[in-house]
Amino acid sequence: MQTKSEFGYDSKIEGDVVITTVDAALSWFRANSVWPMPMGLACCAIELMAVGASRFDISRFGSEVMRFSPRQADCMIVAGTVTYKMAPVLKRVYDQMPEPKWVIAMGACASTGGMYRSYAVLQGVDNIVPVDIYISGCPPRPEAVLDALIKIQNKISKQPVISKMNIVNQLTGSAKS
Amino acid sequence: MAALASAQKIKAKFGDLISEPVEFRGEISLTLADAQQIFEVCSFAKHQAGFDYLVDITSIDNYGEDPRWAVVYHLRSVKNGEELRITTPLSEEKSELPSVLGVWRTANWHEREIYDMMGIRFAGHPDLRRILMWEGYPYYPLRKDFPLAGKPTDLPGLAFTRPAPLEGGPFVTAPGRDAIEREPRVRTPEN
Repeated sequence: MQTKSEFGYDSKIEGDVVITTVDAALSWFRANSVWPMPMGLACCAIELMAVGASRFDISRFGSEVMRFSPRQADCMIVAGTVTYKMAPVLKRVYDQMPEPKWVIAMGACASTGGMYRSYAVLQGVDNIVPVDIYISGCPPRPEAVLDALIKIQNKISKQPVISKMNIVNQLTGSAKS
Repeated sequence: MAALASAQKIKAKFGDLISEPVEFRGEISLTLADAQQIFEVCSFAKHQAGFDYLVDITSIDNYGEDPRWAVVYHLRSVKNGEELRITTPLSEEKSELPSVLGVWRTANWHEREIYDMMGIRFAGHPDLRRILMWEGYPYYPLRKDFPLAGKPTDLPGLAFTRPAPLEGGPFVTAPGRDAIEREPRVRTPEN
């Protein structure tokens, strides 16, 4: 039996090599290790717990590492009703998260204020922080949260990492200023 | 009925200050004419009439009437299984009555909530701060003359509020045959 051919890829010589671009590899790492900041403020947080538990299992998407410190988190999941009293705290937590960061508004309350047309409730968390994905539902099913996470992953995969950096632009001479 | 006997006991002690006990659906209510005597009445109710548990303190805004406020105390005797309600009217000019914190310690947060939502002050309360809204919020949102949508406020660096879009609301449910009829809709007195 012939074990060696003269052409093509030989793993014994070349090793386990996959060729890609640095950008694609870094995006792939990022997209599959989104650490969520669970901003659980109301009943949506119960569904968020279900997403983390075994039936729905958010760790299939690399996001099981719920970080209760904003400094270690990538994606804030705003799960629940945001009151005006809570709004400055939420903004502060968002500001403490390191770049790059993403926000999911989970459920009707976080997206628009929901049924709380009231003096006490912020009418949508996008009044104070930029939101990437809105999830409908009151509360949303856990599958909807996973769907939002997949959409975030798709978004991250398309974002360039290296080519956006200033140092690369300067080295290649394409920096504007 | 045991609660009625306890109410009569309180009535006998304070005389004209207390109204005759009113019974409605098995619940006994008393009205105290002078809100400034509430501490003495509550102290007597606890120590002589056995009402050892304060269930709740609530307040009513009778907007357009005088006196505007009514403060309602819900008492319960755990060992006798009795319940009693004491209502006391309070004028808007005064808007202050004695705290009953010295009788039941649980009154602390109840009185803070009434201060926060209605703006009624409790003399002798050791820590009369807002409990739900933040310090510096300029309105009392459960008053009848406060709009449902809220009013705009801005405290830079602390908090802000904006009126909520009501879209013709409030949306209320009504009895009906099916879910479509019962669904919350804009319902004004005309339709």
